[in-house]
Amino acid sequence: MPQRSHSTLGELLVKQGVSRRSFLRFCAAATSLLALPPSLVPVFAESLAKARRPSVIWLSFQECTGCTESLTRSHAPNLEDLILNALSLEYHHTLQAASGEAAEAARLQAIAENKGQYLVIVDGSVPGPNSEPGYSTIAGHSNYDILLETVDQAAVVIAVGSCAAFGGLPAAEPNPTGARPIMELVKDKPLVTIPGCPPIPMAISGVVAHYLAFGRLPELDQYLRPLAFYGQSIHDRCYRRPFYDKGLFAEGFDDEGAKRGWCLYRLGCKGPITYNACATMKWNDGTSWPVEAGHPCLGCSEPRFWDAGGFYRAVSVPLTLGPNTLLGAGAVGIAAGAVAGALARRRARIAERTLPPVSIEELEAKQ
Amino acid sequence: MNDAMAFLLWTKGPMLNLALGIFALGVAVRLVEILILGRAKNYAEPRAPEWIGGAKALVSRTLPDPGTFRRAPFDVLIGWLWHIGFILVLLFFVPHVELIRGVLGFAWPALPTPLVDVSTALTILGLIAALVHRLTHPVKRFLSTGEDYLIWAVVFMVVLTGYLSYHRLITPYPLALGMHILSAEIFLILVPLTRLSHLFTAFIARWYTGAHFGRKGVEA
Repeated sequence: MPQRSHSTLGELLVKQGVSRRSFLRFCAAATSLLALPPSLVPVFAESLAKARRPSVIWLSFQECTGCTESLTRSHAPNLEDLILNALSLEYHHTLQAASGEAAEAARLQAIAENKGQYLVIVDGSVPGPNSEPGYSTIAGHSNYDILLETVDQAAVVIAVGSCAAFGGLPAAEPNPTGARPIMELVKDKPLVTIPGCPPIPMAISGVVAHYLAFGRLPELDQYLRPLAFYGQSIHDRCYRRPFYDKGLFAEGFDDEGAKRGWCLYRLGCKGPITYNACATMKWNDGTSWPVEAGHPCLGCSEPRFWDAGGFYRAVSVPLTLGPNTLLGAGAVGIAAGAVAGALARRRARIAERTLPPVSIEELEAKQ
Repeated sequence: MNDAMAFLLWTKGPMLNLALGIFALGVAVRLVEILILGRAKNYAEPRAPEWIGGAKALVSRTLPDPGTFRRAPFDVLIGWLWHIGFILVLLFFVPHVELIRGVLGFAWPALPTPLVDVSTALTILGLIAALVHRLTHPVKRFLSTGEDYLIWAVVFMVVLTGYLSYHRLITPYPLALGMHILSAEIFLILVPLTRLSHLFTAFIARWYTGAHFGRKGVEA
């Protein structure tokens, strides 16, 4: 049985050679990322340093491991590394050394030893209780059973990535596995979603840092996304926005507009309906982000982004309607109008022939 | 929790097909019926070509004559304000232009969004002013039917939900956008069924009147 560390986060960071100055810098960055007032930095730093090394169980279900890739590809040393190194990651398919029964035993042991205190990070969607469980199993158990067993004693559940948050690719039409988002299956636990395909690493570590420092989740929106990272749309924070407002658009990926960095709306950018922090935080240690690289936003942090129309068709273009529907309906209308018009004409003709003339005397008599 | 997005996808998919189908079919039925019904043949010798009178009336009946403006300046100004605002927003907002391109296969350049934003706000104010006037003016109130208020409500909803979506004042955003698209779809369905059909018939009627008078050689 491995010996578990009970040191605080502050002690661990000192052991890893992280200076007080670096730690405070990290705390300042984290508080500003989380949109907390600067006056909270010392409180944040103090509480975070005193926090016990948290136990984390990372559950991977119907997913592609892109979220883990995103998190582990962050450049060192930064906020993500600091937080990740300070976590006690008890169970993670991709990162853990153990395999087979030993791996599953580690998960059960972590649950038993940290009842009510451990964090569960879920990555991937789960075939719902009424679906065929065989679509995704681990060690012979359905994803659904493992999820419920693991979150039962959890303090907080973090649904990382669009699959866990909204169902993602596995739930795309026609959703053969009956994939469901975590928020539909876990109702009685504090839950936060960090959607994205993959999500921004700092959004994950920021939420964890907030939880460790304050013992609660940050402010969330209707989709349970932390407002600090998902409070504004890509469109409203996009550096290409002035071109949208002026009506200057790239029409192709290599035309003059694209070379001049004009708006990608007509190439299918989903920025107007997407809430995420890519435009401000960027990717690869702040190097760039899809729109800066010349590619329209796919809207990956929104529900059902796979089903919300072609990636390269403008947001406002109808999903299925084309000129043919309109022409077809118009043609039927013309035919129906012709019939109605002909009938009305015929009635008028018949009336002209058959209605008896009315004299003035008859009209006066009626009054 | 995916409900808002499911709603948006429904308004952008099957509901849009249905609404535009009813719109195209209904408008075609109405126009063809009117045109086929025609007018009784006039055997009198024309004093002037019909088309001159028709074309003149298209302009003269659209622009307010000085007498009308003196009698009802409010109706003329507010009517013009919100009609022009509505048409500008409908035809020249970037996403609308792309929608038209998606449906018809062609479109035209869009206006800068700040201009569209201002005309949306003016349209909303104009519509509110028009309603207040309709409710407070005794003659207008007497003449108004339920249909008039229904049409006002639908037009107002289309503009208001568009403004709220653009400024992200309803959350989640897919709900805001879905409400806007659904309002527009109700508008489209009502065009052939109510007096919103003046969208198409107004200019035909003006042409008819103008041609009729022009033929007799008198001012329309």
